[in-house]
Amino acid sequence: MKSGSSRELLAKRAAQELRDGYYVNLGIGIPTLVANYVPEGMTVVLHSENGLLGIGPFPEDGEVDADLINAGKQTVTALPGASYFDSATSFSMIRGGHIDLAILGALEVSQAGDIANWMVPGKMIKGMGGAMDLVAGAQRVVVVMTHNDKSGASKLLKECTLPLTGKSCIDLVITEKAVFEVDKQGRELVLIEKDPDLSLEEIRACTEANFRVALKD
Amino acid sequence: MKKVVQSAAEALEQVGLKDGATVLVGGFGLCGIPENLILALRELGVKDLTVVSNNAGVDDFGLGLLLQTRQIRKMVSSYVGENKLFEKQFLDGELEVEFVPQGTLAERLRAGGAGIGGFYTPTGYGTPVAEGKETREIDGRMYVLEKPIRGDLALVKAHLGDTHGNLIYRKTARNFNAPVATAGKITIAEVEQLVPVGDLDPDQVHTPSIFVNMLLKGAHYEKRIEQRTTR
Repeated sequence: MKSGSSRELLAKRAAQELRDGYYVNLGIGIPTLVANYVPEGMTVVLHSENGLLGIGPFPEDGEVDADLINAGKQTVTALPGASYFDSATSFSMIRGGHIDLAILGALEVSQAGDIANWMVPGKMIKGMGGAMDLVAGAQRVVVVMTHNDKSGASKLLKECTLPLTGKSCIDLVITEKAVFEVDKQGRELVLIEKDPDLSLEEIRACTEANFRVALKD
Repeated sequence: MKKVVQSAAEALEQVGLKDGATVLVGGFGLCGIPENLILALRELGVKDLTVVSNNAGVDDFGLGLLLQTRQIRKMVSSYVGENKLFEKQFLDGELEVEFVPQGTLAERLRAGGAGIGGFYTPTGYGTPVAEGKETREIDGRMYVLEKPIRGDLALVKAHLGDTHGNLIYRKTARNFNAPVATAGKITIAEVEQLVPVGDLDPDQVHTPSIFVNMLLKGAHYEKRIEQRTTR
C-alpha cells in the first residue's frame, strides 16, 4: 500500500479480494467504492441487506425510483439477473453463510479478529443496523479502515476497548499503511503487505496489536 | 368477507387501539412505509406506544411524525441515525430504545408470525446485545437465544392488493413489510392500487391474504426519497 493513499486506493486494494461468482455485501463509505474496481471480465453480485441482489449503478435523473434503494438509503438501479426479497430472507442469506464476502469499516479491530464499529459510550448511539449479522454470517469478512484514529492512536489493538460488534470474526484488515491477515487460533495478526515507504519499525510504532511478519512480494 | 375499508382512519377506528399498545411498522428508511396509516395514527392520538420498526423515520416524515407528537414511548429498531428529534427525546430520557441487529429483528418478527418460541442466532454473541440472554454452543459454535416479537397491531404498505388482502410489494419496498404483516394480532395493509379478487396472479403474491385483516387504498403517496443519488 502507498502511504497517504486516498479512499480510492483502499477500495482498489479491497477489490483484490473479489473472486468471479462471489456474492458480496459492501458496507457504507469506502467499502461502497469497491464496486468501482471490479476487475474486467469478473462477475460479482452485490447484495443489499434491505432486499436486493444485483445492485446496479446510481440511476440517471429520470430513472430515480423511491421503491429502489440500497442499505444506505440511496437510490440505486438493479442489474439484469437481480432479485428482490424481504428482510427475513435477506438475513437468511447473510447468517446462513451464503454471502461469500463482506467488506466493512471499523473503529477498532483486535488481534483475535474482534471488531467494534457501532457504538462509542457517551455518544449518541445510532444502532448496529445489519453489521452484527454480517460479521457473524458472511464466509469472509474484510475490514477497510484508517490505521490510526484522529489522535494517532492505533485502531489495531490487543483487545478492543469499545463495545463489540462481533467476536473473532474478521479475516483481513486493510489500512492505508498495511494489510493484515487474522490468525484467529494464534490470536495474532499477520502482516502480509505494507507501504514500501514505511519500515517495519514504523509499522510497529503505529500498531498496538501483536503481529508476526509474513510479507508477500 | 369484507376486509376493505375506505380510509386509514376507518381502519384504526375499527381496531380500537389503546394507549401503551405495541405497533409493528413495515418499511426500510422511508422506503415502503405505510405513510397513510402513520398519519392516521397521529390523528388518533394514542400514546405511550411501543413501535417496532427497523428505522424511526426522519424529523418531518414517517415515524418522525409520531415522535413530534410524543406518542412513542419506546422504539425497537436496528438503526435510527437519520432523526434529530429522536436523538433529542432519547437524550432527554423521554424515549426508550431497544437496539436489535437488523437480521435478528427480521427473524424475531418472522418467528412471531410463525408461532416460533425463539431461535438461536450467532449474531451478537460476545457483544452488548447478548447481555442477559441465554447462550449455548451448537455444533462447536456459540449462539444467542432471541425471542419472537408480536404486535397488537401491524401496519404495512404494498404496491398492489386485492380485496381479499393478497399483497404484492414493489422492488425493495418489500423489506420489513413481509415479516411485519405476519406478526400482528391485527394487520392493516395500505396499497397504492386496490384490485378485484382474481386480478393478481397467485404465483406472484408475496403476502397471502390470511395475514391481512383490513386493507385500504392509500389516499395520497408522497414516497419521499431520503438520499436521492444519481449518476
